[in-house]
Amino acid sequence: MGNHISLLLVVIPLIAAPIVAVLPRGRLPWLATLIITFICAVLASSQLWMVLNDGVISYELGGWAPPWGIEYRIDAVNALVALIVAAIAAITLPYALLSAEKEIPQQQIPLFYSAFLLCLTGLLGITQTGDLFNVFVFLEISSLSSYALISLGRNRQALTSAYQYLIMGTIGATFFLIGVGLIYSQTGTLNMQDLAKLLPELAHLKTVHTGFAFIMIGIALKLAMYPLHLWLPNAYTYAPSVVTVFLAATATKVAIYIMLRVLFTIFPNDFLLATPTYDIFILSGMAAIIIASIYAIYQSNIKKLLAYSSVAQIGYIALGIGFASSKGITAALVHLFNHALMKAALFMAVGAIIYRIGSCNMKNINGLGKQMPWTFGAIVIAGLSLIGIPGTAGFISKWYLVTAALEQQAWISVAVILFGSLLAVIYIGKLIEALYFKPVTDSNQSVQEAPLLLLVPLWVLVCANIYFGLDTSLTVGVAEKAADVLGVINTSSISGVMNK
Amino acid sequence: MNPEALILAIILLPLFGMFGIITSRNHPNIREAVTLITASLVAILVVSLAIQFMDGNDFAVTIAEPIPGLSIAFKVEALGMLFALVAGLLWLVTSIYSIGYMRGHKEKNQTRFYAAFALAISCTMAVAFSANLFTLFLFYELLTLSTYPLVTHAGTDEARRGGRTYLGILLGTSIGLFLLGILVTWFVAGTLDFQQGGILAGKLDPAWAGLLYALFLFGIGKAAIMPFHRWLPAAMVAPTPVSALLHAVAVVKVGVFTLLKVTIYIFGSDFILSNDITGGLIWVAAATILFASMIAMTKDNLKARLAYSTVSQLSYITLGAMLASKAGLMGASMHIAMHAFAKITLFFAAGAIFVATHKKLVSELDGLGRAMPITFTAFFIATLSIIGLPPLGGMWSKWYLGLGAVETGQLLLVAVLMLSSLLNIAYLLPIPIRAFFSKPASGSHYTEITEAPKTMLLAMIITSITCVILFFYPDPLYQLATLATGGS
Amino acid sequence: MDFFISHYNYWIVIFLMMVGLYTVINRGNLIKKIIGLNIFQVSVFFLYISIGTVKEGAAPIITEGVKLYSNPLPHVLILTAIVVGVATTALGLALVVRIKESYGTIEEDEIHEMDHSL
Repeated sequence: MGNHISLLLVVIPLIAAPIVAVLPRGRLPWLATLIITFICAVLASSQLWMVLNDGVISYELGGWAPPWGIEYRIDAVNALVALIVAAIAAITLPYALLSAEKEIPQQQIPLFYSAFLLCLTGLLGITQTGDLFNVFVFLEISSLSSYALISLGRNRQALTSAYQYLIMGTIGATFFLIGVGLIYSQTGTLNMQDLAKLLPELAHLKTVHTGFAFIMIGIALKLAMYPLHLWLPNAYTYAPSVVTVFLAATATKVAIYIMLRVLFTIFPNDFLLATPTYDIFILSGMAAIIIASIYAIYQSNIKKLLAYSSVAQIGYIALGIGFASSKGITAALVHLFNHALMKAALFMAVGAIIYRIGSCNMKNINGLGKQMPWTFGAIVIAGLSLIGIPGTAGFISKWYLVTAALEQQAWISVAVILFGSLLAVIYIGKLIEALYFKPVTDSNQSVQEAPLLLLVPLWVLVCANIYFGLDTSLTVGVAEKAADVLGVINTSSISGVMNK
Repeated sequence: MNPEALILAIILLPLFGMFGIITSRNHPNIREAVTLITASLVAILVVSLAIQFMDGNDFAVTIAEPIPGLSIAFKVEALGMLFALVAGLLWLVTSIYSIGYMRGHKEKNQTRFYAAFALAISCTMAVAFSANLFTLFLFYELLTLSTYPLVTHAGTDEARRGGRTYLGILLGTSIGLFLLGILVTWFVAGTLDFQQGGILAGKLDPAWAGLLYALFLFGIGKAAIMPFHRWLPAAMVAPTPVSALLHAVAVVKVGVFTLLKVTIYIFGSDFILSNDITGGLIWVAAATILFASMIAMTKDNLKARLAYSTVSQLSYITLGAMLASKAGLMGASMHIAMHAFAKITLFFAAGAIFVATHKKLVSELDGLGRAMPITFTAFFIATLSIIGLPPLGGMWSKWYLGLGAVETGQLLLVAVLMLSSLLNIAYLLPIPIRAFFSKPASGSHYTEITEAPKTMLLAMIITSITCVILFFYPDPLYQLATLATGGS
Repeated sequence: MDFFISHYNYWIVIFLMMVGLYTVINRGNLIKKIIGLNIFQVSVFFLYISIGTVKEGAAPIITEGVKLYSNPLPHVLILTAIVVGVATTALGLALVVRIKESYGTIEEDEIHEMDHSL
């Protein structure tokens, strides 16, 4: 049993997806999905536990030995990301019941859960596989299902956003495919470990460079790295609330995971240092933090505000990657985890508001804080976490990120990170002010607190935000281990690059 | 009670009080009783802690360790003890006062007011007992956030604007500069624990140390050094008890207290003195003292005038910290207490005037002295203490500050201190004098105006008498301040 | 010149790729965008298939007397990619149908105008 966990994580939701689709309407599809996601969460956590205790797990699909067969290879990095994905799915699902009934047409609900499971399959698959082409396949499974999920939104803009995302996402995936093809043409293998062995010899080839560039741009599109983020704000804004919660917390995170894999496992360090990769990460990260945060300040739609904030937060992670030190990677991984917690909580809270008043526009939420104190409290705490107030999870990731920057004496980055926090103060402050300090509008007088089924998952996440701000043995411990696995890198040789 | 439990009890009691206040929100009498009981208990505990501490007991407790080497931990040391003592005692007095004020003024949302107030005190106590800079920062930020609802209490546009300035400057400076300073310290020293003699000496080039000190000086926005002082006048939109306790005692003193802690336990006074780290920065404090006093003279709104006076007085403490000599630090530590008692009396009086007459402007106070003799007598005593005249407590701290300036040979600073005292006289003394000796604008004496509610008077009497007592009996403060500055 | 001729498969791939991408970017009609996307993807299929060929190699079916085979793996991979491509196209077209239903047009600029006037 233990050996098959990595496969089961992918296969169980995959098999469940078509079954859920044909279940009768009503709450049965939800229940089935709920059970599946909980099984996945349990499997993912036991997998992480096994990896931490026994080291790397290698699973040969169908008994074909790598590098010919597909290998699932689990170390601390992907075990962590898989746990994030599965856990967020499991927390989202109880929330999904009411929120989906409210926002998605009755007859599409079984299909919604089916697509949700497919998306979960794809995301978990990406984290499990050790084969580059397999990554592409799972990437497309998750992307296609998320296009469908987004298009279920209530407004017709959901359709155009999904379409826009489809075009951008497919271009990204195809770029990735081109890159993989070019690398394959030189190495003849798709297995990540095998590639890591072969590539140092071939690093001078132009084809490898080209392939690398294609892969990078492809993934950067998927993870909405600035300035390739254009699909994200609309997609998150117009998708149903549940979908936004799930995607915001997982989809980009998984893309970041592939990015880390490609950079640190597959490609040799010397190769990366010969390219401007890290500089690009740092520049893109800084631009994302500042520009996307400023965009966020001027949004009047709360979901869009949070979506732009996501772009900015991805910028922090890009910065961490760009530092290319073990501290930087630790920071990036910790923030990956923590940002999933806080953004999921925030989007859930907004979903609860939409559940009650059917809108998430700034001008419609005036004074709701008094009507919905629990939802409001959740927004405050998750918002503080987003800003990075000590005592919350957000502070821990910022702390590690800034120490990573200080280590390289990258003063501009330090300034940008702290400035980004200030901008977050402004946009979260705007939200809180509208919710609490503006007088209640007449139409909101009779609004009640969101139902318990929405509040419980929300507060589970909020408590997690505080818990992981005080006890970081899980997050930081695993992230440090993961950074070791990724095996980074001498900091001295690149500190000169950062220090300009 | 064992020592660890005592610290935790002092920090947690206001928190429990807060829940008690919230649950009894529909019964104002029970709610106020909860506030008073909690405040009295805290006061008793703080005093007993102080007695045990003076007996030489050690108190330390660690709560959690989020990042290896960085813990949320509490430890009692002299400076923190002094600060906790001031805050704990004054909370009790302010509680008595605010019941009269809130009822006399028929404020809305009183439950939120008392609850946020208790939370703010809890944070203040936690700051006072912080064992390292990380813990201190954590509660420093929580204090900012918990006082935000108090500042915006009125809910008007003006209050919201004030609240925005308040939050913007305090969070902005703390995240942008203070946190950066903490991170750099952590990076350089590898620890953030407060240690006698500092943790930075020998690890940091003095030139960089000056820069780092500047990060702390400006980053600790609660110390209201110019140009980051704007939040304090903005916060005056809050109800007067808030201005009294938080913006004369808790919040602002947390600022200067933090600066003193950083000076003594992070930099170390020897390190500062031997390398002249604060040589240039000290003039920022001197300038703040003078400018703020001058601005205070132009303000006709009584609370605004007091706010600018606070800005100026805070810089006394900052100045003392930056002198870093023994006398300077002594003066700064004692001024935390002396200024607290005097300034809270002034705010109490301002609130009493407002409740009784609804007057906010200095120019409207002519002739009110006869109608409200107790209020204005208290105001007068506190004024003298602020100016630093005997027989009032304020004299001692100014004495040591002046001594510190002389000791370090900064004669120009002595001149600044003296000039500032003259300015104090110019902007504060006319208020009681006009109240007692001028005729009201209408020409006839007030007959319809009487003193404010009794609880408010009681609070004022207690604090103004304390100002006098502290002149004759400054011994506990003196001992704690001596301990804090490393003497025996 | 030899260089050009000997790498003719790459030129075809690059040409198709550019045509596809240009169509996606430049055309306002949602269907045409999808057609462009298809051409773009097909060019990648060509790339894979052509790099799988080994000079003088036979089709990878075990036959007596043949020593040199083409590499079958890229072809197999591209079968998967084709399936993905078909699914993408189907989903894209389905979205276009829904867009047409709710907006009454499939021209991008008109859709933008309608959303802004809301």
